[in-house]
Amino acid sequence: MSDAARDPAVRDVVVVGASAGGLATAEGLRRGGFTGRITLVGAEPHLPYDRPPLSKQVLAGEWEPDRLPLRPDADIEALNLDLRLGVTATGVDPRARTVALDTGEEVGYDALVAATGVSPRRLPGGGGHVLRDLEDALALRDRLRPGRRLAVVGAGFLGAEAAAVARGLGCEVTVVEPAPVPLAHAVGAQVGQVLTQAHRERGVDLRTGVGVTQVYDGGLELADGTTVEADDVLVAVGSVPNTGWLELGGLPVADGLVCDEYCAAAPGVYGVGDVARWDNPLFGTSMRIEHRTHAGEQGLAVARNLLNPDEPRPFAPVPYFWSDQYDMKIQAYGYLRGHDEVRIVEGDPAERRFLAAYRTGDRLVGVLAIGLPPRALRPWRRHIAAGATWYDAVGDPPAGETTEPREVVSDVAPA
Amino acid sequence: MSDETVTGTHRIELDEPKCVAAGQCVMVAPEVFDQRDEDGVAVVLDETPAAELLDDVREAVAVCPAAALRLVAL
Repeated sequence: MSDAARDPAVRDVVVVGASAGGLATAEGLRRGGFTGRITLVGAEPHLPYDRPPLSKQVLAGEWEPDRLPLRPDADIEALNLDLRLGVTATGVDPRARTVALDTGEEVGYDALVAATGVSPRRLPGGGGHVLRDLEDALALRDRLRPGRRLAVVGAGFLGAEAAAVARGLGCEVTVVEPAPVPLAHAVGAQVGQVLTQAHRERGVDLRTGVGVTQVYDGGLELADGTTVEADDVLVAVGSVPNTGWLELGGLPVADGLVCDEYCAAAPGVYGVGDVARWDNPLFGTSMRIEHRTHAGEQGLAVARNLLNPDEPRPFAPVPYFWSDQYDMKIQAYGYLRGHDEVRIVEGDPAERRFLAAYRTGDRLVGVLAIGLPPRALRPWRRHIAAGATWYDAVGDPPAGETTEPREVVSDVAPA
Repeated sequence: MSDETVTGTHRIELDEPKCVAAGQCVMVAPEVFDQRDEDGVAVVLDETPAAELLDDVREAVAVCPAAALRLVAL
């Protein structure tokens, strides 16, 4: 990028949210040559840290919190940030270009980046553990001992990872999921069943097709009148974007801060990571992605566009996520939600070694693999990035009928 | 390059146990990174990459979803 293309009017950037997305934005700005002020506001008292290990190594007691910082202190210092940790944004005035903080301060900006992430959804009445930040993970970790009973509400990726860890620690685990097949809405019923089977084989008491009416001190009350006794309850029923402060400022919010294909929501206002809904031109649809890699990629993309407002680039990534459960590594590229067809194109689901391709309309929109080497996925990712048709990529015409029922269940995202 | 002692100005450090096998580094800088077939863990092909590769390496460090990579000035 040339200096001439940079917007000289941008001297003050405020990034609200000091996790992966906010950090990537700040790093992208400095790498792009930005020498102005960057104020990085984080609600948590910690320097940016990594979240995916919270439901994996941290919960399992394998890693202590000192393994989690995303950068060494020296690298953070080198970014020369005005760092405000333990501080929450309470509002924004897009006309005056100021952000209100819970310290009572108002901070002016030329450009604002919203990277405030999501909060765990809770059940009516609250109760139970949630698993989003470091303190949540440590609190639950300290409760998981051999023989203890853990009830998990929600069999999405987060609930499934926590259940797998708890089984590994010798806990008795019950998982309650309102959908008939866990994760069917996200990955299709066939793949959902493969994952389900792995949990049952490991001794998880999985109860599907039944909702939870109440979390109480000694367990759960289910919609069918039965109860699940437990020493601890983990509520893993998805999350809601932290957009309250943006909405107060009149910015467009609809399940996330609504952004265009350049990740801009209003003049000088951008969205990054879990909190942002933007138009992904590669898939021709608006999406909000709660994946770890996405936060970093979007942060870098916003930094570029913010520094080069005359030559903005559409943000058109192929989303990627992974999940670790028992000895399975699940990896997926693309946008699987709302797919019309799933087809196993390699391997055998019964052996938990396969690659599934996902079709929406006439397009190949995603793949999911378990137990395959990385190079088996790469050509598929390239097909998705190129917008390949199903016919060109898979070689068969689409199935005449939809093989996967679309089910509406809790919206639970993996890493 | 005929002299094998010729090195770049920076060294790549990989914290292998942290690697989550996402392969983002391979996508961004395929000349410098690969993945093991058995578990997908990253492999550094060139620990002291040439100057013209450093931008790609910095991008790889930035997008690594496990913060497992670092580029250190020598």
